[in-house]
Amino acid sequence: MTDQKEMEAASHHVVSPVIYIVIFLALLVGTALTVWASYVDLGIFNPILAIAIACGKATLVVLFFMHVKYSSKLTKLTVFAGLFTFLTLVGMTLADYMSRAWGRW
Amino acid sequence: MSDSTAIAHGEHATPDHGHEAHPAYLRHHFENVEQQADAAGFAMWLFLLTEVMFFGGLFTAYLIYRNWYYPAFVAASHQLSIPLGGFNTLLLITSSFTMAMGVWCAETRRKSGLVLCLVLTFILGLGFLGVKTVEYGEKIEKHHVPGFHYSVQSFVNPDSDAESKAAGDKPLALDMARHTEVYFSLYFAMTGMHALHMIIGIAILGFMIVRAQAGAYTTGHVTFVENFGLYWHFVDIVWIFLFPLLYLISRHS
Repeated sequence: MTDQKEMEAASHHVVSPVIYIVIFLALLVGTALTVWASYVDLGIFNPILAIAIACGKATLVVLFFMHVKYSSKLTKLTVFAGLFTFLTLVGMTLADYMSRAWGRW
Repeated sequence: MSDSTAIAHGEHATPDHGHEAHPAYLRHHFENVEQQADAAGFAMWLFLLTEVMFFGGLFTAYLIYRNWYYPAFVAASHQLSIPLGGFNTLLLITSSFTMAMGVWCAETRRKSGLVLCLVLTFILGLGFLGVKTVEYGEKIEKHHVPGFHYSVQSFVNPDSDAESKAAGDKPLALDMARHTEVYFSLYFAMTGMHALHMIIGIAILGFMIVRAQAGAYTTGHVTFVENFGLYWHFVDIVWIFLFPLLYLISRHS
């Protein structure tokens, strides 16, 4: 029984329900944390903290629910390339918009 | 559920078997089952990357307009209900969990477990859309849907509006108040596209429940369930970012 499960895990990367439950709880904690933080006045750090928590939650979902941690190098590279391209495009767009009226406020 | 025979290995792919006996679901243009599964997973991720770029454009537009019309965006975001949005986040995260468990059930060939997980995911998805309907209904009632009937009343005269009053908003000048319409345009575009993805996902879930009951995904061929799981988790991730950006970040500033 255990052998069979291990074999499955070796060939199909079956992620155990225990991990799913832990990640699920972590996501719930993250949600509670981000809602709580929104009621506290942190000034400029309100959006920064909210986005940081969201990034953390998204990372957990991608790595464990979406099995990227247990996936092939090709999948990992694909995900990373997508993230990199996305951040580059957003970063360059924002840099353009933010600097257009530079010094003319 | 506990029938251990269901976990027993069938004709599971050992690459050495080559072109002798192979499972019926192995297409002939693939060397073996693993290669087939890898190709399908890779293709699914490429599709999800196009989705990332699509939603990324909306997120970027939101960031830029929020930066430009900051007071309008702060005041407009106070119209959203954090309890409703938070409850929806809860529903969606739970549905992601049940979906992940569904994939596990398919992998370990638990048919009734898989059906149960898919049904729960289906119900939670519908629950999300139900709450969204309540939220949209409130926006329609208050004339906060962009268009001819849009009203800036809540923003030029915050005391006339329960939500604005509760948030302690100060009256906005008319030209800034008009830009709250930009916020609601983005709100409906983003949550609407997200809801459309949910509707498509729920439709596919309905199809999968029927197929799962017929035993389609518990024979060792789990690619469809696995890739649908990727889609569903992606939709969850979009909401994980939408919720703080639309509902939360302007609550106290």
